[in-house]
Amino acid sequence: MAITLTETAAERVKAFLDNRGKGIGLRLGIKTSGCSGMAYVLEFIDEVAEDDKVFESNGVKIIVDAKSLLYIDGTELDYGKEGLNEGFQFNNPNVKGECGCGESFTV
Amino acid sequence: MALLQISEPGQSTNPHEHRLAAGIDLGTTNSLIASVKSGKAEILNDEQGSDTLPSVVRYTANKIIVGTDAKSAAAKDPLNTISSVKRYMGRGLTDIKELGGRRPYEFAEGDSAVPRIRTVAGDVSPIEVSAEILKSLKSRAEAALGDSLTGVVITVPAYFDDAQRQATKDAGKLAGLNVLRLLNEPTAAAVAYGLDKKAEGVIAVYDLGGGTFDISILRLHKGVFEVMATAGDTTLGGDDFDYVIAKWIMQQAGINETEKDISHHQMRRLMRDACAAKETLSNMDSAELNIELDDGSNWSGHLTLDVFNELITLLVQKTLLPCRRALRDAGIDASEIKSVVMVGGSTRVPQVRDKVADFFQQQPLTDINPDTVVSMCAAIQADVLVGNKSGDDLLLLDVIPLSLGLETMGGLVEKVISRNTTIPVARAQDFTTFKDGQTAMSIHALQGERELVSDCRSLGRFTLHDIPSMVAGAARIRITFQVDADGLLSVTAREETTGVESGIEVKPSYGLTDTEIETMLRDSIEHAEDDVTARMLREQQVEAERVLEALQAALADDGGLLNAAERKQIDVAANKLSELSNGNELRAIKDAITELDKAATEFVARRMDGSIKKALAGHNVNEF
Repeated sequence: MAITLTETAAERVKAFLDNRGKGIGLRLGIKTSGCSGMAYVLEFIDEVAEDDKVFESNGVKIIVDAKSLLYIDGTELDYGKEGLNEGFQFNNPNVKGECGCGESFTV
Repeated sequence: MALLQISEPGQSTNPHEHRLAAGIDLGTTNSLIASVKSGKAEILNDEQGSDTLPSVVRYTANKIIVGTDAKSAAAKDPLNTISSVKRYMGRGLTDIKELGGRRPYEFAEGDSAVPRIRTVAGDVSPIEVSAEILKSLKSRAEAALGDSLTGVVITVPAYFDDAQRQATKDAGKLAGLNVLRLLNEPTAAAVAYGLDKKAEGVIAVYDLGGGTFDISILRLHKGVFEVMATAGDTTLGGDDFDYVIAKWIMQQAGINETEKDISHHQMRRLMRDACAAKETLSNMDSAELNIELDDGSNWSGHLTLDVFNELITLLVQKTLLPCRRALRDAGIDASEIKSVVMVGGSTRVPQVRDKVADFFQQQPLTDINPDTVVSMCAAIQADVLVGNKSGDDLLLLDVIPLSLGLETMGGLVEKVISRNTTIPVARAQDFTTFKDGQTAMSIHALQGERELVSDCRSLGRFTLHDIPSMVAGAARIRITFQVDADGLLSVTAREETTGVESGIEVKPSYGLTDTEIETMLRDSIEHAEDDVTARMLREQQVEAERVLEALQAALADDGGLLNAAERKQIDVAANKLSELSNGNELRAIKDAITELDKAATEFVARRMDGSIKKALAGHNVNEF
């Protein structure tokens, strides 16, 4: 299994990284919080830690820590629009349930 | 499924706890809102994909319309459609009357210092009108960001005074926004170009918007932008360019120029086409025109860059006058300017760029979109302030444009915080009572550079009561001036022995016109000498008053120590002093004080001898 980015998402990430001027890639992860137990983490990354796993998809480095990988392995990160709002979407096959807004989830 | 944004390392927020921030350019003609998404500042568009919101509000009996729809109704419903409300922010009714020109709206006569505009939906204040524009921007932002805003930064012109800034903050509050701080527009533009990171020096910000022109001369000093001078023209902008083109089209198409003969509809179409032609000419040599006329026929032709340049020469020339004035006020030469920043959509016009380059003898900075540069910088600032990014790479400080001080005896101004002090700042100064047994003190806060109260601007006054009864000069009253990051002032007074306290926050009352600040600054330089003389005179007058006061008190207590002749001698000297103290002869007053001093020496000595030191506590022999 792996973590992948759609082409649209990859282009966005590249643009944001360029604009930021530094950073080696994108960190995907989870943290325990939110109304359904877990929430996604989506951050720029400047340094890779020891237990991090590095993937590459569509030319973008994706970094996931070992623990988070258990919950999000197989995820595809997409970029979508909803009305005026736009942003990244996690298509995570491990998810069993989500809260109404989709910001937090259970596996 | 939720849409997520990328955060800085370690700054991910919990679900439903996003700290969304936005920067707002609340313009006279157009307004914009921007936000930082995934580390990048971008303008938030409305549903139609348009980035700017015309700063126009229309009131009807049952609803409030903001933006483009309101703007197009301006011609048919002028009294209820309010545009350029920024000009009225923080101004009193008298100030607005002095703004001159036509006042298109009916102002309700009221006793309140805040003017109210009469509309079918009731009387509204400029703050309420601005709040409607902000509400519209807020709902746009919340639709685009998918959540509510944690805080915003609003930009204001550098020449805005405390009252105008407070009014802007109040409008934000009324719109349900948490205003993190206000930011000077030229400072924002300079920061967007990274000039705050560069070497120190003087920067000019040339801001030609839709309906207003501002020039600001800033000095970067130790990472802080000081406003050295501002000038401008509140009735000159890109709309005037459109108007001269529209007039040219009318001439070419043989439309009668008197506006009566031309329908509003036709005029609006002409202005729209003129604007489009102007935009084309920013990067082309010629613009095609295809005008639909009222009688159903069509007129087509083309406008060349040369003709366009000719049409607008006078208008562009008009912007250089304030530039010259600003340089003069700042006391510098055009060659001393290190960088020129261009702001406002009209600076895309090639001739504007050329003329500005000629004037400042250098190529102006134009790389960043001049329409959005101010709001983008405000968005970045807001993002830092809500805590999405560490503030290391952005530390923006502003300075106080005019000194703040308070009135002391004799109508003099004691400056507590001097001009160009960086904010936020708090300064305290100790004052004392002037008369024996004085139990209250009136505190009058002022803004300005001059020495006399009458030449400065009054910000507010309050009274500190319950000062314990003591001899003059014994009470210790600490007055603290505090200016927050937005340049808003609060003044507190505290009697140190008892701890009684009182204070005010400066609220909108009467404002200064934008030229008035310049005038005040210029006057302070031009009148420096007069001011010093006036101050010395007033000081001597106050001194005379105090000496006479103390003498009367002493005579009332111990008049018996003097024989008739001695008493007469003192009285003569005292009368002479009291007569002279109302005049303008500085020297004469000084001499009269010395004379009275001499006449009373013996009396003072006797009082001392009579072991009445108690009554003299806190006084100096020279005082009698």
